Amino acid sequence: MNMHVEVAATVPVAAPAEALDARGRRVAEAAARHADAVDREGRFPAEAVAALKAERLLGIQVPRSLGGEGASMSEIAEICAILGRACSAAAMVFAMHHIKLASLVTHGRDSAWHCTLMERIAAEQLLIASSTTEAGIGGDLRNSLCAVEAEGDAFRLTKEASVISYGAQADLILATARRHPEAATSDQVLVALLRDQITLARTGVWDTLGMRGTCSDGFLLKAEGVPLVQVLQKPFAEIAAQSMLAASHLLWGSVWYGIAAYAVDRARAFVQGEARKKPGQVPPGALRLAEAANELQAMKSTVVAGLARYEDAKGDPDALGAIGFSIMLNNVKTTVSGQAVDIVQRALGVVGIAGYKNGTPFSLGRQLRDVLSAPLMISNDRILSNTANLLLVQKGSGKLLSA
Amino acid sequence: MVEISDIRDVLKSLESLKGVVDTLSDDDDLFEKGLDSFGSVQLMLALEERFEIEFPDSALGRRSFSTIRIIRDTVAGLRQQEAA
Ligand SMILES: Cc1cc2nc3c(=O)[nH]c(=O)nc-3n(C[C@H](O)[C@H](O)[C@H](O)COP(=O)(O)OP(=O)(O)OC[C@H]3O[C@@H](n4cnc5c(N)ncnc54)[C@H](O)[C@@H]3O)c2cc1C
Repeated sequence: MNMHVEVAATVPVAAPAEALDARGRRVAEAAARHADAVDREGRFPAEAVAALKAERLLGIQVPRSLGGEGASMSEIAEICAILGRACSAAAMVFAMHHIKLASLVTHGRDSAWHCTLMERIAAEQLLIASSTTEAGIGGDLRNSLCAVEAEGDAFRLTKEASVISYGAQADLILATARRHPEAATSDQVLVALLRDQITLARTGVWDTLGMRGTCSDGFLLKAEGVPLVQVLQKPFAEIAAQSMLAASHLLWGSVWYGIAAYAVDRARAFVQGEARKKPGQVPPGALRLAEAANELQAMKSTVVAGLARYEDAKGDPDALGAIGFSIMLNNVKTTVSGQAVDIVQRALGVVGIAGYKNGTPFSLGRQLRDVLSAPLMISNDRILSNTANLLLVQKGSGKLLSA
Repeated sequence: MVEISDIRDVLKSLESLKGVVDTLSDDDDLFEKGLDSFGSVQLMLALEERFEIEFPDSALGRRSFSTIRIIRDTVAGLRQQEAA
């Protein structure tokens, strides 16, 4: 079955360097060994993250001039998919780290402080977490209640962060806040907060259906006496539009693709086993497998085409800020998050009770529970209503091969 | 001619800005003053209706709507193109 390969080959996304792939695979092996325990105990995937650091994969996106490897979004996406097959939580940690790093790499290069930070991320393999979600705001990325309160050349910030994945384990948190206490809720900035500059009081425990290892607890985040240079100067609106939305939807989508692809692999192995037991007959699950493989290919094409559009637009603020580009990314997210759930469910239907049961070679319970987070992680309804608004003015080109 | 005051009139019809329009200079960044993506779409619709223009997709970026002066220039440019 190599039809997936063909789709990828027709879209001009640079193939990831073999070395990065191989390093990702070694991490995936470590992640897979502990994935069930991470899920069962709802604990941080410490072994996988240690392996990411040992393979030096946390710094690959940092430009070479700052000690990194200048990895592209597509290369990072490939590693997200590789990890997603092994351990969704570890893959999501890797994805979220690189989503934050994308904002630093895109918008932090004209700030000496942030350049030094990027050098440290590459050299010390610092892990970055994200705090956008806030009590009273929910998943509305583009509004904040908390505000940067400047005093001289330092600031204070208190945020009721209702979800911060691996907040307790991160070396650095990038948080959204209003620019100053009188600013409009949509006049936001992104601030970089080092572990030793903040206190985190746990306000909620992440005991969830799936994605348990992301340890996305709620915290009261407090920072005091933080130098103002740590505030990125670009309005967060631009950071969101030009790096964060693209990185989030494309890298999350790649993680979900990994989960779905794993499930289809299990279903295929199951059907092939049945076929070998009864030569001359096509097993009844084969038709359902064909449907799942069909949808997986559509999902893959959507992610890969999104990556190609992003790589094309990269570095061009007009292209990245265009309404059509936002609509395309929103569509990638709502489409693939739904497909991922559907694919895993179909695969479960193929393997049957062997998949429903834990501890068999075909178990898919963890994957199904994990992937159910996809439509909720920034609610699809919220994204669709945003798209609906943008469609009121978009004109559209009607072209097949270009935007 | 498209006047700055015409643009200000349109801005006053927007929920997210109507309280602050009179305090804005022609070069203030509207996104910093509370214009969000919902508001910017409403703004485009209001401008299209008022000036009988259509913004092509290429003009639908944040930049074309970031300040009152830029909006005036964008609208004036489109009016000229459509008249031509
Ligand atoms: C695995 C995982 C990890 C996460 N990690 C982080 C993290 O590290 N940092 C972080 O900040 N956040 C994180 N989040 C939170 C995430 O970013 C979203 O904020 C969150 O999933 C949204 O939660 P909500 O459903 O409570 O909120 P809301 O977005 O408030 O949605 C609540 C409900 O209201 C509806 N709704 C609300 N507004 C609208 C609207 N405008 N239009 C239509 N419907 C609407 C939606 O349908 C939804 O069902 C994580 C989430 C998950 C699942």
